[in-house]
Amino acid sequence: MMGKYNIPVKYLLSKITHCIIIEPEKITSKTIELGNKYSPSFVCTPFKYTLGTMIESLDKGANVIIQAGGGCRYGYYAELQEQILKDLGYDFKLYNLVTASNLNVKKLYNIFKKIDKKFSVIKAIYYLYITKNMIRYMDKIDDYVRLNIGFSDKKSYKKLMDEMLDKFIKVKNPISLYAIYKKYNKKIKKVKVNKPKDCIKVGVIGELYTIMEPFANYFLEEELAKYNIEIKRFTNINYLLFTNKKVSKKALLNTKEFQKYKMGADASSNVYFAKYLCLKNYDGIIHIKSSFCTPEISSMVLINKVCEKYNKPVIYFSFDSSTSEVGIKTRLEAFYDMIEMRRNR
Amino acid sequence: MKIGIPKALYYYYIKDFILFLEKLGVQIVTFDTTKEIIDLGNLVAGDEMCLSLKIFLGHVSYLKDKCDYILIPNIKNYGKNDLMCTNFTSLYNLVSNLFHVNILTYEIDYKNKLTEKEASFKIGQELGFSKKHIIKCIKKSKVTYNGNLKSKIITNMNNLKSSKKKILIVSHPYNLYDEFVGKPIIKYLENLNCEIIYSDLFDAKTTSEMSKYLSSDLYFKYSKNIIGSIVISNENIDGILFLTTFPCGIDSLVNELVIRKINKPYLNLVIDDLDSQMGVITRLESFVDIIEQY
Repeated sequence: MMGKYNIPVKYLLSKITHCIIIEPEKITSKTIELGNKYSPSFVCTPFKYTLGTMIESLDKGANVIIQAGGGCRYGYYAELQEQILKDLGYDFKLYNLVTASNLNVKKLYNIFKKIDKKFSVIKAIYYLYITKNMIRYMDKIDDYVRLNIGFSDKKSYKKLMDEMLDKFIKVKNPISLYAIYKKYNKKIKKVKVNKPKDCIKVGVIGELYTIMEPFANYFLEEELAKYNIEIKRFTNINYLLFTNKKVSKKALLNTKEFQKYKMGADASSNVYFAKYLCLKNYDGIIHIKSSFCTPEISSMVLINKVCEKYNKPVIYFSFDSSTSEVGIKTRLEAFYDMIEMRRNR
Repeated sequence: MKIGIPKALYYYYIKDFILFLEKLGVQIVTFDTTKEIIDLGNLVAGDEMCLSLKIFLGHVSYLKDKCDYILIPNIKNYGKNDLMCTNFTSLYNLVSNLFHVNILTYEIDYKNKLTEKEASFKIGQELGFSKKHIIKCIKKSKVTYNGNLKSKIITNMNNLKSSKKKILIVSHPYNLYDEFVGKPIIKYLENLNCEIIYSDLFDAKTTSEMSKYLSSDLYFKYSKNIIGSIVISNENIDGILFLTTFPCGIDSLVNELVIRKINKPYLNLVIDDLDSQMGVITRLESFVDIIEQY
């Protein structure tokens, strides 16, 4: 599960079904090792991460796995992962919520009915609404923290956010959820921020899984925060689930000079984000993706053109299961030095 | 008027459209893949792009000053569950950013009712032909194309009854018929006295249905077709050769799944743009040996 988003998902599933939710362990290098061992050779990295997580959860006693995906080959993960795990001798059921990027409400209903016979639609809609808000609040606070984490005490942010999430999982109605959000929003905004007016600003764009799972990008954002940089990131679950269509339409309209047709997954939106960052005068763009991510490989060509036109620096990171952390740190450091030198010129 | 069509990727899927253009009276310019073309492609391509896409970009680079227009369709989908590889939807954007060429383009998007017929009208009118002439050419090209395809499919089916060792090559046509990727392999296997069964030369509707036996979730149109051919010919063939370019996104998943489900000897061959053919030849030889003793 990506980043902190296991909390809303766990909340939703525990409320609408009567199953025991087995929370996967945080991703470690052991997870990747497991995933790597049983994955085909040149599949993209999220496949390896999710397969590793599945094996760990099955070892902990899970017998139902839910996978969702679409846009590129992500929607096809589930079937192969099921086959690989069955060949390994596990006994379980795997349900794929989204295939070929078509979300079918009737199919969803059938799946949940199969998982839990007492499944009720009204209850599901009610808790779906709460979860939706929860994700929105989380993303809002995340965005604020990202802008300021480089200039204040990192630990107090983390503590406050953990506290908030602990309370989120216990809420029963939207009003109390809103109250908790307001309370912690105030608290987080009270944390002292020592931000100069012309601080260095960097935008992070790229493939969704790598960008949202901190382990998959070797804690790139934490690394960036050490340099006193303001970070802007577009991709979050709120974007993926609710604003994706709107943004990709806007993307095509606003970047006509670079692209005519919509490309797969988030490739077109990323070109738009790159242009947006250039126009807003950000100091640099960091593009991250997992290796062999097909849509992003094409979008890199266009992003290059955008940055060339607006004369902005861009750096590309391609993360694999065997990328070395030191190499990334060195490249980031060099990128930061370069941005700073451009500033002083 | 000269229209250049890169002999890569979609070239093998829009053969009926190319025939239509020829009937209209347009001169088509296209070349076979050579080492020079691949080198040209490598100059502009990103380092993680698949070999097939690199070959495509090489073709465009080679064609750019040998024709007036380059034809680049944007093939998005053939319906709800018949999608294309994401590379196909980024071709136009890639070429328009990397090269300064005149591009002729149309969109195939069955979800939004953009079909080949509409595309034919759009392109025909853009080139300045009358509606009457276009309708006549569509009809003519359809008859010729369907006739050709039928006879090819019949020969392929007849080959299934041959007495030689029969090898089914499961591969996208843009790899299979490529002068650099697939042709040397086919030639070599034929020299070893094997009968080649082509995975794309079966009835498309049947293979698409049959693919469900191997993979129920699969939503890539052309992968369905080539996977379905395994189900149809399984009784008659002696071995299966999976031919992929490095690093093909779809095949990495589909082939892995299929390999886990079949009960025939198989070889999973991944081609990259290295010069040496020796590694491939050794593996083909040992594969044929296995089949003969199986």
